[in-house]
Amino acid sequence: MLRALIPLAVFVLIGLVLWSGIGKDPRILESQLIGQPAPAFSAPELRDPNRTHNNASLTGKPYLLNVFASWCPTCRVEHPILARYARENGLRLVGLNWKDESAAALQWLQRFGDPYADILYDPSGRIGIDFGVTAAPESFVIGADGVVLYKHIGALTEDDMQNKVMPLIQGGSP
Amino acid sequence: MLPEIGQVALILALLLAVIQAVIPLVGAQLNREPLMLLARPAAYGQFAFLLFAFAILVEGFVTQDFSIAYVAQNSNLQLPMHYRVSAVWGAHEGSLLLWVLMLSGWTVALALFSKALPLPFVARALGTMGIISVGFVSFTAISSNPFLRHVPALADGNDLNPLLQDFGLIVHPPMLYMGYVGFAVAFAFAVAALLDGRIDRQWVRWSRPWTNVAWGFLTVGIALGSWWAYYELGWGGWWFWDPVENASFMPWLVGAALIHSQAVTEKRGTFGAWTLLLAISAFSLSLLGAFLVRSGVVTSVHAFASDPERGMFILTFLVIVTGGALILYAIRAPKLIGGPPVGLFSRESLLLANNILLTVACAMVLLGTLYPLVAEAMGWGKVSVGPPYFGLMFFVLMAPLVWLIPLGALTRWQSDSLPNVWLWLRSAAALAAVAAAIAWVAQRELPIKAVLAIAAGAWVVFGTAAFLRRRWKTAARGQRLSAEMLGMTLAHIGVGMFVVGVAVTESLNVERDVRMTPGDTVEVAGYQVRFVKLRPYDGPNFHADEGVFEIMKNGVVLSEQHPQKRQYLRGQVMTEAAIDAGFFADFYIALGEPIDGGNAWAVRLYYKPMIRWIWLGALLMMFGAFIAATERRLRQTVREESPLPAGAAVVN
Amino acid sequence: MNPLRKRRLVLVGLLLLGIGSATALALTALSDNVNHFYSPSAVLAGEAPTARNFRLGGVVLEGSSKRDGSSLLASFAVTDRFKEVKVHYEGILPDLFKEGQSVIATGQLDQNGVFVAHEVLAKHDENYMPAEVADAIAKGKAQAGQTAEPKSY
Repeated sequence: MLRALIPLAVFVLIGLVLWSGIGKDPRILESQLIGQPAPAFSAPELRDPNRTHNNASLTGKPYLLNVFASWCPTCRVEHPILARYARENGLRLVGLNWKDESAAALQWLQRFGDPYADILYDPSGRIGIDFGVTAAPESFVIGADGVVLYKHIGALTEDDMQNKVMPLIQGGSP
Repeated sequence: MLPEIGQVALILALLLAVIQAVIPLVGAQLNREPLMLLARPAAYGQFAFLLFAFAILVEGFVTQDFSIAYVAQNSNLQLPMHYRVSAVWGAHEGSLLLWVLMLSGWTVALALFSKALPLPFVARALGTMGIISVGFVSFTAISSNPFLRHVPALADGNDLNPLLQDFGLIVHPPMLYMGYVGFAVAFAFAVAALLDGRIDRQWVRWSRPWTNVAWGFLTVGIALGSWWAYYELGWGGWWFWDPVENASFMPWLVGAALIHSQAVTEKRGTFGAWTLLLAISAFSLSLLGAFLVRSGVVTSVHAFASDPERGMFILTFLVIVTGGALILYAIRAPKLIGGPPVGLFSRESLLLANNILLTVACAMVLLGTLYPLVAEAMGWGKVSVGPPYFGLMFFVLMAPLVWLIPLGALTRWQSDSLPNVWLWLRSAAALAAVAAAIAWVAQRELPIKAVLAIAAGAWVVFGTAAFLRRRWKTAARGQRLSAEMLGMTLAHIGVGMFVVGVAVTESLNVERDVRMTPGDTVEVAGYQVRFVKLRPYDGPNFHADEGVFEIMKNGVVLSEQHPQKRQYLRGQVMTEAAIDAGFFADFYIALGEPIDGGNAWAVRLYYKPMIRWIWLGALLMMFGAFIAATERRLRQTVREESPLPAGAAVVN
Repeated sequence: MNPLRKRRLVLVGLLLLGIGSATALALTALSDNVNHFYSPSAVLAGEAPTARNFRLGGVVLEGSSKRDGSSLLASFAVTDRFKEVKVHYEGILPDLFKEGQSVIATGQLDQNGVFVAHEVLAKHDENYMPAEVADAIAKGKAQAGQTAEPKSY
């Protein structure tokens, strides 16, 4: 009897609506930033507050901008993977120390190793806002010309590094 | 070392859940008793491991083991001991662990109290519980592991969100989860009945107490959440129609419908298919609630941080569990034969009306909650649905329901006549009219809607009393009031109290945001509130500005109140309202923010008459549900020589 | 038609009537109470309605928040890091309201292009940005990128 199938049909409909909602959330941003020049920023170097970084000073060679914080446990998960790629595969790793305190961040780096070429210090989270960061960790591949090529939400895995990040980094170098 | 042991315990629990999910179901299908007998020990073992894992996480919080990432994220050294324990379920991972622990607890209770039931049925019910458990335990272990290490340990952790450092948070989630998860039992019974092919009154009789208890917990969980939001969010509101609130309200509505339809099916055999469907829906809506809260598809003030992967996991699980049950239903339900014919005016029809109103109300809430998703999927832009939508729909649907309540209890099964029932309700109607008239004379500014609502509330209370009177006069001594009837009476009086509370609070409350300097006096609802002074206050993990206010009537000081503006050491600012609570009215004072360089403060002064009745009504509903669950009749199995025409079919 | 059939037909008819009117009511109520969400860029581009409530989302611009000393009027600007809209709100702001943090305000535009809010929401969790706000900012940035630096390509 068809009548007994009505509940199932209603459920399928609701399921589709729910499914449409998933992933819409933070990931929609990918399409917005990608292909655009990275938002303008200017920030002190975490390890040397007298130095300042901005878009121009970092352009020239593709890099991975990694949003991290000492209070973020997930950042610790991806940290050794990023460190290895920086050490062995010539990945230029730039950190964005987000909503953190410099003392805590420096201590964190001392403990887990510091693979970063440069680190932007963003205690207020302003740069994070410009990049549309919703939570740490997030990472951006930025090309030699300063254009955002890829955005990743959450911890980067070995697989992500090999198949998504590195091809862009290598493809984007002059 | 301990966190690793906790992780192992989780995995062992998962293994036992798989055993519990697979072997008894296979055993029931093949009719092998030894396989079916495995269900109970697997359930006990699973519970033991989950309890152990939970204890380890509690231990981590109590001893402040900041090498556990979850502990480091949700507590710090300044956090007082009692909040360290409740911090366990203050965020996603820990609250999920609490959820699976409770699910397992319900399974154990089911295993213990089902000794009188036929083994294949128990095996199937426990197997279904096992399937649900596999989903949630693997979700915990794989994507939401609370035991993840943060090596080496941090010296100090983050902090528990100050909003959550509160008694309300300690009790609200456990109660709510008990309700959500409790509907799994009714669901498991429904699935077991469908698998069994014996979709008769039997399974309904067994499942009724479980449904009642789950619904009672859900009721008090929602009420606690409302109460917590009232005093902790600093807005003085008790319900916001926020997606997360709606998520808990939908299973509640369907659960209420289920309680009534189960009564019909159990006693009369009618509505069998409908009851099955409601049992499936109640738990499915609980899962939907978990999805809405934990996936971040809706914007809410309460939701956990969003995570699409978690959302995908729960959705997949929802599709498997609900989809599976509905397919089973589509196969088996058509074979169901209805009960005896029913008169147009009968208790069955009235309860049908109850069910339609409650489910349509649920559908309206669902529509409003999911509409933003639909709009986005259709490319209509980002929208939100305003509370007036819910308020209007709810009023339209619930008003008739409330008026029907006394009729339902007094009308006979199968067929009755209105004059017959009216005989018993005349005096209740008169008393309700008198109550409304008194309310109107006492408070001339009451809008007509509120007067009608007071009349409706009084009608429910007196009409329920009329039911008691009839029992007293017509039933034999010793049989006058069963636990079931007492429970129903209490719950319905609770509904009446709730309605009166809502009507009075919503129409007579006074909300004033004012600018005050120390020494100022403001008149609110016939009382005078004086801002005496401001003084500093130091808590264990916060500093605060504390206001001293006096509430006066005609110059006589009635009470002194101390609202605070707290600055937690981790930077968050929090308003701690001071509430002078009373049975007939609350005074609510909250410090807004300093203005004019700190010389003056923005202050919220609220007068909330009868707001307590809202939660007291909910408490009565909970007690009613619990008392009805103790009904002795429900613990007996239906005898074959049942005097009623058994309206159920044995298929297969 | 036998009486049982007839009764059933009446019941089904009533049921359909009830569901139909409930649906009609729900749709009307829904269309009256749906608030659209706009970013400051969209508002300045004239996309937002003028005589209707809508929600405005973005970040509270640093240094823009002011309180009138003698009343409860608060004013601040909401930005998507591209354009900004001035907001007036009379009342007490939520605890989490802070410059540089995201907010969602509900209200209407007045004749001067000022958004008069009757509700201002900030999120429980400080590290969380509502999806709408993050989206609006990203869109604003994308537009800014297209208009401001077309030469670099």
